[in-house]
Amino acid sequence: MATTTMQKNGIDFSVLTVGLFVGVFTLLALMVAAWSPDPLFNIHGWLSLVMCIVAILGICFWAANRKDGKLFDETQYEDTLIKWGVGVSMFWGVVGILVGFVIAMQLTFPSLLYFEEFGFLNFGRLRPLHTSAVIFAFGGNVLLATSFHVVQRTCRTRIAGGMWPWFVFWGYQAFIVLAATGYVMGVTAGREYAEPEWYVDLWLTVVWVAYLLVFLGTIWKRKEPHIYVANWFYLAFIVTIAMLHIVNNLAVPISPLSSQSVSLMAGVQDALTQWWYGHNAVGFFLTAGFLAIMYYYIPKRAERPVFSYRLSIVHFWALIFIYIWAGPHHLHYTALPQWAQTLGMTFSIMLWMPSWGGMINGLMTLSGAWDKLRTDPVIRMMVVSLAFYGMSTFEGPLMSVRAVNSLSHYTDWTIGHVHSGALGWVGFISFGALYCLAQWMWKRDRLYSANMVEWHFWTATIGIVLYICSMWVSGIMEGLMWRAYNEFGFLEYTFVETVEAKHISYIIRSLGGLLYLVGALIMSFNIYMTAKGKTRKGEEDHVHAPTNDGIPARAEAVPAE
Amino acid sequence: MALFDKHALLEKHSMLLTVGILVVVAIGGIIEIAPLFYLSNTIERVNGMRPYTPLELAGREIYVREGCYVCHSQMVRPLRDEVERYGHYSLAAESMYDHPFQWGSKRTGPDLARVGGKYSDEWHMDHMRDPRSVVPESIMPPYTFMVDRPLDFSQVQQTMQAMRLVGVPYTDAMIENAEYDLLAQANPDFYPNSGDYDGALVDRYTEASGREGTVTVRAFDGDAENITEMDAMIAYLQMLGTLVDFETYEADSLQNRR
Repeated sequence: MATTTMQKNGIDFSVLTVGLFVGVFTLLALMVAAWSPDPLFNIHGWLSLVMCIVAILGICFWAANRKDGKLFDETQYEDTLIKWGVGVSMFWGVVGILVGFVIAMQLTFPSLLYFEEFGFLNFGRLRPLHTSAVIFAFGGNVLLATSFHVVQRTCRTRIAGGMWPWFVFWGYQAFIVLAATGYVMGVTAGREYAEPEWYVDLWLTVVWVAYLLVFLGTIWKRKEPHIYVANWFYLAFIVTIAMLHIVNNLAVPISPLSSQSVSLMAGVQDALTQWWYGHNAVGFFLTAGFLAIMYYYIPKRAERPVFSYRLSIVHFWALIFIYIWAGPHHLHYTALPQWAQTLGMTFSIMLWMPSWGGMINGLMTLSGAWDKLRTDPVIRMMVVSLAFYGMSTFEGPLMSVRAVNSLSHYTDWTIGHVHSGALGWVGFISFGALYCLAQWMWKRDRLYSANMVEWHFWTATIGIVLYICSMWVSGIMEGLMWRAYNEFGFLEYTFVETVEAKHISYIIRSLGGLLYLVGALIMSFNIYMTAKGKTRKGEEDHVHAPTNDGIPARAEAVPAE
Repeated sequence: MALFDKHALLEKHSMLLTVGILVVVAIGGIIEIAPLFYLSNTIERVNGMRPYTPLELAGREIYVREGCYVCHSQMVRPLRDEVERYGHYSLAAESMYDHPFQWGSKRTGPDLARVGGKYSDEWHMDHMRDPRSVVPESIMPPYTFMVDRPLDFSQVQQTMQAMRLVGVPYTDAMIENAEYDLLAQANPDFYPNSGDYDGALVDRYTEASGREGTVTVRAFDGDAENITEMDAMIAYLQMLGTLVDFETYEADSLQNRR
């Protein structure tokens, strides 16, 4: 075959296509750097040019060092990529949580943490940096790394596409860098959770299509007859995010050489499109993707089959069908027609059931292995993540009821709700998966320190509890204060009195965030030492933790029952 | 159960599974979003709505650039306390030219849908420069730099052209005169040194609005000579929620019911 001849010469079809592709983007970046009159677009042109050149040099350097001529060994899993994914996830996680802590402090002590000379460090520019860093940079990289790991193991084959998975990985990092630098400079499309401008959106679309093809390509060459349940969820996540991203970001650039664009839709239609996107970024990025993680890492770590195969079928299809409808609950009592609000509310309440279906399926997977909650802190972390998932997917439908929403909307309650899901569910299931991967990918018998996992678990858990309780208090309080009337029938409080009243809650919230950050730093150190092959003194024979997933056991590769 | 056995088909054919997912996730969005484009009572019929003037548009872009929408909503809900605190509840018509919409989702600061005319220009100047100088308990960041930073309006004409492309009714004259119109709104004595300018900013946008008094010309930051970001920002804030004529708006007509 032509591919094998080329491989002998150190070249492979996928390397060639990736190289050509990057070459095309180098030219485009050069054109922007050279010709754009828009100074911010110009900076992004230069930045992209540097990233493209680094990519090309990286490919050359890598190819030159392949002495055996074997570029992509089909008999081996691609694990180096996943190790990179673990490292990068921890990095972005710490950055994102740190920015979150900083902006929480800004709201608490505005006189100390705003600088007149540095307007780009104002809350309005850093908040999108925080949300994007934790959702897309941390969450996204965890999803990339785990999906590449899971799809290889459950299909019993090396990941498809040769160099293309690497293109997806580094292309996604480039997306993050462009988006993040853009926010700080003031390049924004002004859509919550979809702030990147048109050219960054286009780049992400390219990367995402490559991701879908790499994922499907791996499934196509699988050595298992069935596609494992985790992969249904990954597939739903990839396909749906593509649909949401493209439709929500439809825009007309004001010129091919300007960073600015005008969104295709306006007003009420734009609002519903945005929240159809926004809510399903939660549903498909932060739920479906992380349920996929649950469906692989919990059974694997607990060494138990998934509780119910039928339940996984029912809740999968119900979840993805119903989630999409829930967006209008973000727009209760607004100028959105009421029929749409009612549909959104109805489906949000129905969503409770498939959400808990997933939780039950995950929790009950521990049947017969509950003792591991005591002995393995990694399992405990993942199980507690399911508890938080159950809690926030109950709170969500509650808040989507119009009457409740009239109180909770626009308040800190929403912020608390989001963080119980984000810190509790997404964060903890991710940390669990990262601990598993650190141990398995670097082929260690145990983590550097199980005690440090305990410390991570408890600091983070206390942090979450402080965070969400303070936000319940401040959110419900301000909601009630806004609508309070005095005995003469006038509004009781001015707006700024409600701001003042939240100060104590904001201090507690910041403390919660700080504890969560400390937990993430403990994890980073632990994983780093695990990768280096160290074991903490005195913990040599501390706990039993399942090791080495080199060959997946039959029971995990197919759904149970 | 036989039905569950059939699921094996999807588990063995990745393209069936992919297409199945796509169909299932497409339904909800299509049913909820598509009708908003053709149901005629989605957007109310009102008097007074017009596209933004170039200066207001530039101010709006600063508003978006600085991420004001992450703390300020522009959507008054039809609830008693909100209507008393902020003014008439917001109509869909009032954001019909907003690309993108700025309804927001959080009130770390108060709603701004009807902030126009509520405070003086000087108050806004002081408040933007140092929020705590006028509201001691405020937690808003300072925007001191806007006071001196010259407004970059080199792309305003292109922005208006792009907006016309997506349906905002800017006329040829509005687009041709965009830069002069921008300068003229922040400087009552504006007269171009060269070139033709008809000076018809107010007429143009009043005609589009169909209502007198929706366009104001003045030195918004108190300095007519230099056009700064503060001029644009205040021009935008001072027109928010002022366009629609609520005296002629019939909230109870069938067309306007939600």
